[in-house]
Amino acid sequence: MELLQHFLLSLLSTVRDVLPIAVILFGFQLLILRKQISNLRQILVGFVFVLLGLAFFLEGLEQALFPLGKLMAEQLTAPEFLGLTDGGDGDWKHYFWVYVFAFAIGFSTTIAEPSLIAVAIKANQVSAGAIGTWGLRIAVAIGVAVGISLGVYRIVTGTPLHFYIIAGYILVVIQTLFCPKSIIALAYDSGGVTTSTVTVPLVAALGLGLASNIPGRDPLLDGFGLIAFASLFPIMSVMGYAQLSEWRARRARMNNERS
Amino acid sequence: MKKLFILLARPLFDSVRDLAPIIAVIAFFQLVILRQPIPDLGGLLVGTALVVLGLALFIHGLKMGLFPIGETMAHDFARKGSVFWLMAFAFALGFGTTVAEPALIAVADEAAVVAAKGGMIVDSDEAMRSYADGLRLTVALSVGLAIVIGVLRIIKGWPVQNLIVVGYVGVVIMTFFAPPEIIGIAYDSGGVTTSTITVPLVTALGVGLASSIQGRNPLTDGFGLIAFASLTPMIFVMGYGMIL
Repeated sequence: MELLQHFLLSLLSTVRDVLPIAVILFGFQLLILRKQISNLRQILVGFVFVLLGLAFFLEGLEQALFPLGKLMAEQLTAPEFLGLTDGGDGDWKHYFWVYVFAFAIGFSTTIAEPSLIAVAIKANQVSAGAIGTWGLRIAVAIGVAVGISLGVYRIVTGTPLHFYIIAGYILVVIQTLFCPKSIIALAYDSGGVTTSTVTVPLVAALGLGLASNIPGRDPLLDGFGLIAFASLFPIMSVMGYAQLSEWRARRARMNNERS
Repeated sequence: MKKLFILLARPLFDSVRDLAPIIAVIAFFQLVILRQPIPDLGGLLVGTALVVLGLALFIHGLKMGLFPIGETMAHDFARKGSVFWLMAFAFALGFGTTVAEPALIAVADEAAVVAAKGGMIVDSDEAMRSYADGLRLTVALSVGLAIVIGVLRIIKGWPVQNLIVVGYVGVVIMTFFAPPEIIGIAYDSGGVTTSTITVPLVTALGVGLASSIQGRNPLTDGFGLIAFASLTPMIFVMGYGMIL
């Protein structure tokens, strides 16, 4: 009974999120385009599926995965676990498991991110299958995983965030020059889609936990920035993936010509 | 009911596969590294089942509803040929989907706390409220603008990297002038603005436009809208931090 009540609340808040979007879409459709929507029934049913799906998804995350994930982030960053209580010097190497956790949670939450699945489906369709949905998703997930691990390292060492980000920008620009033109827009997009429903709450908990437990860090100032890392590194990994597949295709072609 | 189940069997299986990594990571760290039992195993299983079902329904609804309407409207706007209304639609979509975004509301509230602590605003509830609201409107405005620029780019066929590099330069310049307290939040705000419903819609809009305008390639020109929407908020939030 309580479960049902909770679910209805979550459904209500999803409806509230979707409502402005629906108003804009149907408002422009009816007032400006003034055209009958073909397959209106199918689209409305689709919207209902999206609403229900999102409500179930968020409800389940909040009931099961978020509390446990946040608890683990707290436990892994607790002073006792990090060995900070018995006179540890807070050297960055003490945090081995935190890095592994950051990498693993970054990778696994990105694989489950619904908006990335959506973009991967579209990219696969548009490229007529040349861009595999799994190839793209795994490339993005590796980027997020590396980004978050590096972001954790930054919190541990307390180095300024903007140095990393600016260095990242320079790398992105260099990679852009050498990367197949067709992938560039998609690579840039993949930076923005990785961090939404699943990743943000868990990663934010990790950042805040670290920044509040490591001596000399202020959660308000140092706890931020992980999301920025998670949106920058996929750009590099997706372009890298494209460069790698292009290089492999070229090599295969050369081998074929030789034989 | 049975028909629905058969319809969902494949997506359900896919969702299980999508979620398996998270389950594995959490189980490994909880049992092997932290060596603690899993609290409330029943609740965890029910919750996971809900997540799996939700993801399957969402992906199905996406293909049925969100993708088709985004693309159809893009085609219709292209056929109508009114750039003004297309821009108005692009702005409304960017602004409207962002202003009520829960993740953004959370970030704006945290930013207000930082600003109050850093002495940028008076440490009172009222000042923090208005600071957070102002920030939220700023971000929504910047996302609206981003989609407008992105749509204009698709119409004109400008290469995406030129605009992105301009944006990067903007971010770097702003970083040197913005108060240090705001930088972390500004950088993060770029990632949180694009929600689970906005992304598929905006992607479908871009791809739909690029495939209905002659000479545009849906792959090279259709993507890129999200990239702008995650770049402009960084610049605008730092600007907001400088002005206030």
